[in-house]
Amino acid sequence: MDIGLLAQYLANGIMLGTMYALVAVGFTLFFGVLDVIKFSHGDVLMLGTFAGFTVWLGLEAAGISNPWVQLVLILIASMAFTAAAGAAIAKYLVLPLKKAPPLNTLLITLMLGTAIREAVRLFYPNGSNPKAFPSLLPDASVDLGGFLLRADSVILVVAGLGLITGLNLMLNRTRLGLAIRAVAQDEETARTMGINYMVVVLATFGIGSGVAAFAGIMNGLYYNEINFGMGLLLGLIGFSAAIVGGLGNLYGAILGGFIFAGLQVVGSALLPFASAYKDVFAFAVVIAIMAWKPTGLIPERTSDRV
Amino acid sequence: MNSRFVRKTQRLTLAAATAASLLATGPAFAKDTVHIGFIGPLTGGVSSIGLGGRNSADLAVKLRNADPNAKYTYEIEALDDECKPNVGVQVATKLAANRKVVGAIAHYCSAVAMGTVDVYHKFGLPMTVWGAVLPDITYGNEYGEITRVNGTMINQNETAAKFMLEQGYKTWAVIHDTTDYGKGHNTYFTKYLEEGGGKILGAFGVTSDQQDFTAELTQIKQLNPDVVYFAGLTPLGVRVRQQMDKLGIKAVFQGVSGIKSDAYFEGLGGELAEGSVTFLEGAPAEKLPGGAFFLSEYEKAGYDSAPEAYGPFAFAATSLLMDAIEEVGPDRKKIVAYMATVKDHESITGPITFDDHGQNTVALITPYVAQSGQWVVWEDSEYASGARKLPGKQ
Repeated sequence: MDIGLLAQYLANGIMLGTMYALVAVGFTLFFGVLDVIKFSHGDVLMLGTFAGFTVWLGLEAAGISNPWVQLVLILIASMAFTAAAGAAIAKYLVLPLKKAPPLNTLLITLMLGTAIREAVRLFYPNGSNPKAFPSLLPDASVDLGGFLLRADSVILVVAGLGLITGLNLMLNRTRLGLAIRAVAQDEETARTMGINYMVVVLATFGIGSGVAAFAGIMNGLYYNEINFGMGLLLGLIGFSAAIVGGLGNLYGAILGGFIFAGLQVVGSALLPFASAYKDVFAFAVVIAIMAWKPTGLIPERTSDRV
Repeated sequence: MNSRFVRKTQRLTLAAATAASLLATGPAFAKDTVHIGFIGPLTGGVSSIGLGGRNSADLAVKLRNADPNAKYTYEIEALDDECKPNVGVQVATKLAANRKVVGAIAHYCSAVAMGTVDVYHKFGLPMTVWGAVLPDITYGNEYGEITRVNGTMINQNETAAKFMLEQGYKTWAVIHDTTDYGKGHNTYFTKYLEEGGGKILGAFGVTSDQQDFTAELTQIKQLNPDVVYFAGLTPLGVRVRQQMDKLGIKAVFQGVSGIKSDAYFEGLGGELAEGSVTFLEGAPAEKLPGGAFFLSEYEKAGYDSAPEAYGPFAFAATSLLMDAIEEVGPDRKKIVAYMATVKDHESITGPITFDDHGQNTVALITPYVAQSGQWVVWEDSEYASGARKLPGKQ
């Protein structure tokens, strides 16, 4: 295998890993703060992407065609919309069930995800067909001996990693981050210390969902195609990545995302059997890792949650 | 005498009035309602095709109901198989178990049809396939209930292989989904291509909901084929074509009948779709013997989605079923017997003749090329006239 081919696989793995990590971060944030698993995460992501797509259609209709302006507006609208949706889900579906068994939350968000997916399919104009997402990033590319390095891929990866870094800084350096960590660590004490519990929970769900919307737009820009089912597998992979890395730990989510992407690429590139089994391979390895380290590779420490 | 005259005239008027009222409301009194079923993917990724088929079948029923010569009033029950075998078996059972339903027009997705043929056979319900192309649906069993108006992927791939070899291409890479549909296409295409002297450099099976094809396409780029042959349905085809471009693969994109839909252009935009090639049984609606009629009626009925590629077949299958009912009455057994004798039966897709497996022997396959945002019959395209060139041709 020559260098060009290897580089192509590597670039693909990094791209996928960044996307998965962005989704996994949401799962890990929600679990850290509320100890819940929000299974509608992938479909909320899809909803955000469709919101962004709708904004793009609106901008086109309004005659605003500068791709950078479009991109910024799409991102702001999509992330804001999804953050609001995430916060609303937390307020009206997750928090009221706080006293119920965690299984109920899991189930209700699972059903919500299906409802969102079907709603987009049925009520979005022509929602059952794939949509052509615009390519707003420069499509320049450099051919490095069989390896096509594309400017848009580089920008996407850098932006995605930047967002994760920003999130990390926010959690560790700001008052909101401190509050989130405090709630994650001990809800009762945090409340007695004067932290507004409700605001922190809603902010966490908003942030996690907004980050997922970014992953969705990134997905759209990278593949130039979105569809109502895109959140299903992304959600599942993001969840697995969060579990593998260690649910409740931000670094674990990032690590898990890249591990899963790496497994998929290895599965399709190096294994002799048909690439149709790459997901089977990746999930099988995930099962093995979970058997080996039931709490994930970087387990959540109660004193250092999120 | 006077009173007798009065009575007589009274009787006459009464008779006349009765006759008049019978004439006026005659059809409503005289005609029984016959129930038939339609099954197709009405939701999900390929629902545009399913809805087109449903509308076309519905149109056939409406036209027949408007025909004063029809012996029955028809009512169509449309069910959704979601292109999923498990759902398909459920709705097929629901339909077949309803004794009021005497016949069905069903399935676009081959994997679904493979699962449901046993159900129709068990219940003795005559079913005519309107879209699914896997040969085994008719050839894999001895069920008299199962017939099909559209051609199979055997014919399709024979023509496809021959056509592409004639264009001068020598090497192919294959991406197929791992359903019966994708695998079947791959099998027959490979067979006919290799017989014709073409070479397959590599074949990649992918799951039918896969998002990322970079790994497969990276290997394909290394193999550097003239043509990428894709066997699967539109949503997947859109992704593969899209990502080919991302990786800078310049090969021709050759699809199967599964990508012959308007949704292909909606998903890709005109520029990337340009120059894609695909094949479809029969001829385009406007070129069919009854195509102009079909399209104008479809337009008039005002459906909110296009008939898509298989609409005419759904229309023809529904008309055939209703012809059978007109001829032998609403009886499942008699309809099955009638279907076995269908020969040169007139339809908008051309004459229908069933062989001993209930397969229409239509061998007409039409090549299409994507040109300026729509599928154009190859012979009419600027590619055939030389004004535009497929990739890799001088």
